[in-house]
Amino acid sequence: MNDWQPTAEIEILQKRAELLHQVRCFFKDRNVMEVDTPVMSHCAVSDPFIDSIEVHYKPSVEADSTLMFMQTSPEYAMKRLLAAGSGAIYQLSKVFRNGEVGRRHNPEFTMLEWYRPGFTDTELMDEVEALVRPVLGLQSIERVTYSDLFYRYLGFRPEQVGIEQLITETRMHIEIELEDTDPDTWLNLLMSHVIEPHLTEHEAVFVMDYPASQAALAKVRKNAQGVEVAARFELFVRGVELANGYYELTDAKEQKRRLDADQAQRKQLGLPQRPLDYRLVNALQAGIPDCAGVALGFDRLFWLASDKSSLAEVLPFSFDRA
Amino acid sequence: MGNVSTNQFKNGLKVMIDGDPCAMVDVEFVKPGKGQAFTRVKLRNLMSGRIWERTFKSGESIETADVMDTTMEYSYYDGELWYFMDPNTFEQVGADENAVAEAKPWLKEQDAVTVTLFNGNPISVTPPNFVELEVTQTDPGLKGDTAQGGSKPATLSTGAVVRVPLFINEGEVLKIDTRTGEYVSRA
Repeated sequence: MNDWQPTAEIEILQKRAELLHQVRCFFKDRNVMEVDTPVMSHCAVSDPFIDSIEVHYKPSVEADSTLMFMQTSPEYAMKRLLAAGSGAIYQLSKVFRNGEVGRRHNPEFTMLEWYRPGFTDTELMDEVEALVRPVLGLQSIERVTYSDLFYRYLGFRPEQVGIEQLITETRMHIEIELEDTDPDTWLNLLMSHVIEPHLTEHEAVFVMDYPASQAALAKVRKNAQGVEVAARFELFVRGVELANGYYELTDAKEQKRRLDADQAQRKQLGLPQRPLDYRLVNALQAGIPDCAGVALGFDRLFWLASDKSSLAEVLPFSFDRA
Repeated sequence: MGNVSTNQFKNGLKVMIDGDPCAMVDVEFVKPGKGQAFTRVKLRNLMSGRIWERTFKSGESIETADVMDTTMEYSYYDGELWYFMDPNTFEQVGADENAVAEAKPWLKEQDAVTVTLFNGNPISVTPPNFVELEVTQTDPGLKGDTAQGGSKPATLSTGAVVRVPLFINEGEVLKIDTRTGEYVSRA
């Protein structure tokens, strides 16, 4: 059997090592401190559609185990560091997501995540651009709002249609048996099935001003038309979702409300109820600097810089050989 | 037949969609960072040949199709159906025009072909990649033209017409690639 062999060629792994070094130099030059927070936590991520991998910690072999969770992103821990006065920080760490296997997905992957006190989302986009442009050999990166993107490729603006019209529009493009009254489900379907394929024609695009309902941990603000939008951006490179950034929510009360709302949605969908990280709320309560933060899939960045057709070919060992 | 869940979806899997057996041609896991996971599948309807896309919710399960590829021998055509025989059991099945459409120009008695059975009935017939067939009609080739590599039409014993080199004569047996319908060599 050849299943002992790596899924990436050694030459590719040498290039991967160079890129890791290049990323570390980028942040050292900018005085951003490297941190390494725990990958295993007593709390889980709240997002209903991100499933934490459970692990069992035992104080002794015979003792009852304590349920713990592999991190899906180092976000909570890094924000606790920011509240403790760390200043600008970055992290290159392994993150874990149950069930995510495919040409663009591996259940365990390397995330590059960083936080910039004093930055807005616009300034952070500039920095993301400065990092990825030389790696991917890009000229410039277009910036377009979520609403304009839908208007460009689908002819309607998400904030101007009701759920029924949204479902009708989606069914014109996608055949699926699905009953769901959450507009975000349908918007995500259109994004992944219709818009992302269009974006393959573009080298790179920043999508900005997500619907307020998709704010996750971003601030919500009003755009020029007075519509509430999330201060969230995503970077797509040749149709692949590469980075997700926020002008970070710093309001502890709103943070608690969103964690509880996620838990309520989990309950309604029959998804596991897991311990929420209220230490994040407490950190925000203690005071976190105004900042912007972004998570970027390091493996995807390296994959897009290579000429390989699947993520597995840039990982030392993909999931099936791990 | 049983059911399969989206995490078991893979290329070549045969499933029932709206009452028809279909084969999965391409399977892609779709999951936006913050959104729900879906499985986007390109399917081929084995009855009509239509290829289209359908998306499934992660965890959704669908019925598998009782579809089997078997190697059988082509026996004869009775003016309505084409008959194929299982060389082990000697059982015969009759396939209609629709099922043999692509294989018809290359069917020679006693040749082994792949018959796709759905609930025991043939729904498609795939000829071997290469077949050997006799030339029944072609114009005489001109001597000396071989080097220039010209070609001419030739009718084969099955009625198929292929382009052949000028030096090929009636009665010769040729090797044909059924996937492209092109002449390969003399057999």
